[in-house]
Amino acid sequence: MAYTEEELKKELETKEYEYGFYTDIESDTFPVGLNEEIVIAISKKKEEPEWMTAWRLESFKAWKEMVEPEWANVTYEKPDFQAISYYSAPNSKPKYDSLDEVDPELLDTFKKLGISLDEQKKLAGVAVDIVMDSVSVATTFKKTLAEKGIIFCSISEAIREHPELVKMYIGSVVPQRDNFYAALNSAVFSDGSFCYIPKGVRCPMELSTYFRINQAGTGQFERTLVIADEGSYVSYLEGCTAPSRDENQLHAAVVELIALDNAEIKYSTVQNWYPGNKEGKGGVYNFVTKRGICHKNAKISWTQVETGSAVTWKYPSCILKGDNSIGEFYSIAVTNNHQQADTGTKMIHIGKNTRSTIISKGISAGKSQNSYRGLVQVNSRAKNARNFSQCDSLLMGNECGAHTFPYIEVKNKTAQIEHEATTSKIGEDQIFYCNQRGIETEKAIALIVNGFSKEVLNKLPMEFAVEAQKLLEISLEGSVG
Amino acid sequence: MDLKDKLISSFMAFENKVDVEHPVHDIRSEAIKNFEEKGFPSKKEEAWKYTSLRSLQKVDFSIFPKESNTLEYKEIKKYFLHEIDTYKIVFVDGIYSSFLSETTHDGVDICLMSAALTKPMYKQVIDMYFNKVASKEESLTTLNTAFSREGAFIYIPKNKMPRKPVEILHFSTGNEASIMLQPRNLIVAEENAELQVIERHQSLTSNEVLTNCVTEIFAAERAIVDYYKIQNDAKTASLIDNTYIDQKSNSVVKVHTFSFGGKLTRNNLNFYQNGEYIDSTMKGVTILGYKQHVDHHTLVHHIEPNCESHQDYKGIYGENSTGVFNGKIIVDKIAQKTNAFQQNNNILISDKATINTKPQLEIFADDVKCSHGCTIGQLDEEALFYLQSRGIPKKEARALLMYAFANNVLESVRITELKTRINKLIAEKLGVRLGFDL
Repeated sequence: MAYTEEELKKELETKEYEYGFYTDIESDTFPVGLNEEIVIAISKKKEEPEWMTAWRLESFKAWKEMVEPEWANVTYEKPDFQAISYYSAPNSKPKYDSLDEVDPELLDTFKKLGISLDEQKKLAGVAVDIVMDSVSVATTFKKTLAEKGIIFCSISEAIREHPELVKMYIGSVVPQRDNFYAALNSAVFSDGSFCYIPKGVRCPMELSTYFRINQAGTGQFERTLVIADEGSYVSYLEGCTAPSRDENQLHAAVVELIALDNAEIKYSTVQNWYPGNKEGKGGVYNFVTKRGICHKNAKISWTQVETGSAVTWKYPSCILKGDNSIGEFYSIAVTNNHQQADTGTKMIHIGKNTRSTIISKGISAGKSQNSYRGLVQVNSRAKNARNFSQCDSLLMGNECGAHTFPYIEVKNKTAQIEHEATTSKIGEDQIFYCNQRGIETEKAIALIVNGFSKEVLNKLPMEFAVEAQKLLEISLEGSVG
Repeated sequence: MDLKDKLISSFMAFENKVDVEHPVHDIRSEAIKNFEEKGFPSKKEEAWKYTSLRSLQKVDFSIFPKESNTLEYKEIKKYFLHEIDTYKIVFVDGIYSSFLSETTHDGVDICLMSAALTKPMYKQVIDMYFNKVASKEESLTTLNTAFSREGAFIYIPKNKMPRKPVEILHFSTGNEASIMLQPRNLIVAEENAELQVIERHQSLTSNEVLTNCVTEIFAAERAIVDYYKIQNDAKTASLIDNTYIDQKSNSVVKVHTFSFGGKLTRNNLNFYQNGEYIDSTMKGVTILGYKQHVDHHTLVHHIEPNCESHQDYKGIYGENSTGVFNGKIIVDKIAQKTNAFQQNNNILISDKATINTKPQLEIFADDVKCSHGCTIGQLDEEALFYLQSRGIPKKEARALLMYAFANNVLESVRITELKTRINKLIAEKLGVRLGFDL
């Protein structure tokens, strides 16, 4: 029997957020509110050295003077920063030597997420650092990595054990005062991942972090710092989920990438925070600052698949400081129901012969709003800078919106900049063509969307590409009507 | 006293010169209130991010021109499109010069705003159209509205077409140290009417001039309006040009902007498509040098289904010049089957020149075809070599390539003599004699 659009619509409406479950793990949560004491308490809890506490307090001071930005093309109820708990840690022993020691219930959570640690260990060869409600729970494959001299641990551990590295690089790409949420994060970040690849080392496996907000009324503020020393290579994956909740949860992360001379960092994100229900209630506010700096001949490549969050506000950027450095940005942003996304990138060309590529695919369905906002800046000394940008939007249904705000600022005559953008819908003829060959409408749409986003999906590591494809299907099922 | 305070206090003096009982004066009073509240836009506003008016606000402009400044036709003949016969509406320092002008009331009205605002026979047209499409929020537009008294008034009734194109020329003589002009034009083309207009602002001295001009254009069903703006002013002249266009079904409006001169030029070009099957075209060629600054802001608001818009802006930036392009396309939810295209190509020929461009799409309808493209680059070295190897000197070869780059904008110019004139201006601006007859 033919699967009609009506049925499809119904199915979609009743479809619940797949990752929406809540694990009852006792957790150690701070009282709500934010003041200096809380900042100091977080720092103390993490057994941080004094310089770190001072750094946090400095950020907090800066944050107090800042106002929340309003320029993004999104509307939302501003979070009440005094009604959030800034620290929530699963209440188990802080360190594990083997998986057996981990709270079995917690392990169950990860199994549901489809990232059971043991399976991952065996099959995927992915080293996973899991951050659940802001605290890093386990880092697998640590020993294998240690042999190569690679440091991959939680940021709190790094602050304790590798203070010289952290001190040197933290805040060097995203300064404390960079923006409202970066300042907030700098003051209260509770955990995150830290990664250092020594000179000339090619990281043998994909490094991965999984973020999850579990506890109600908590905000997640993780901090990621990836340093690729001269001539090294690393591919880093990041995944995010949160259980369904009615109230809006806040996620304000900061990611800093440093690619020293000849180094290469590939950073991939699959973000699937809870997007809220179909009336637009609940969901995660995803206000993230991600930025990388490229030294000579270095390369940073951002790939992101954004399907979740009620409101997304995110611009992974590259500062192409060194000569011959390369920045890349590949993005798929899918919004459905009442989701809003304002995402894009910044490519700042400072060095000579720098190159950047931007491929952004926006897909909006339901009543969602999807914006691309990007900046390509060529400074007067950046000779022979080259940029290619392409942002395409696909609209499904007549209640959604697609917007593009590309800023291009060029101060050097040798620059070559190309920018193109298109907006269209899925062609009826394309669907008809598929139908005619016995492919049902739903499948046809999936096929077309996949084709539309192929350029970006291809950039994802294998394991993620499969997941991302599935996510695209889930987010868009039946949204053409 | 800064310019804003000066303008606000001048408004009282202005009230002594106009009929305050006239209904239009309520519009003026309302407008000055808005300007008083908002003042001059600053760089903090998104729309003015790349253009600063601060230095202009420090100049002590005189707001009201002296009553009589005369010019000899032969002094200014070169600024007219003298090869063909045209209707002319000429202003000298903001004052209408009947001696230099050629107006008509023969079937169509090509005359003055001051007449339209005061004579009862135009009351109906003024009531229906005046300040109806111009923004009541944008501060510089409302500033113009507050001081609106003089400008061109063109009314083409149903099924009419004037015998020849209309030229609107604004001269400033520089008899005063620095002057601020605020012309206000109203152009109405009724059903099936057709009209061609050429507008030019020209300063004749090196004294500072600031023109804050507002033009409202209404194109009714099936009307065709061609509007050409020639901006090749002196290095001390600044222009803020606000154009608002209201189109009804099946109408075609084309605006061509040629920006070669001036100190600071800001073009706000706004199209509102209030009907179906509308065609809106905006094209521009910008060639700059010195420290010139040109900012093109376009807006096309697709309100109804089945419409089209085409934008094509080419820019060549040399020396210390700055170019800005901000093109915004809004497609409303019901405006299905919209085709909106936007193209912005730029060549930088100097290391000190800057280009800031922001093509922007805001789309709420799904069955649309919208695209924008933007490029910044240099002349093709190989093409240059090809020409040089055939004996064309480098300078001419470069000019030829730049000419070719800008040429497709000129293709849609429908007045041959104007096309020739603009070709000459381009050649002049590029500093060459092109070896073929333009």
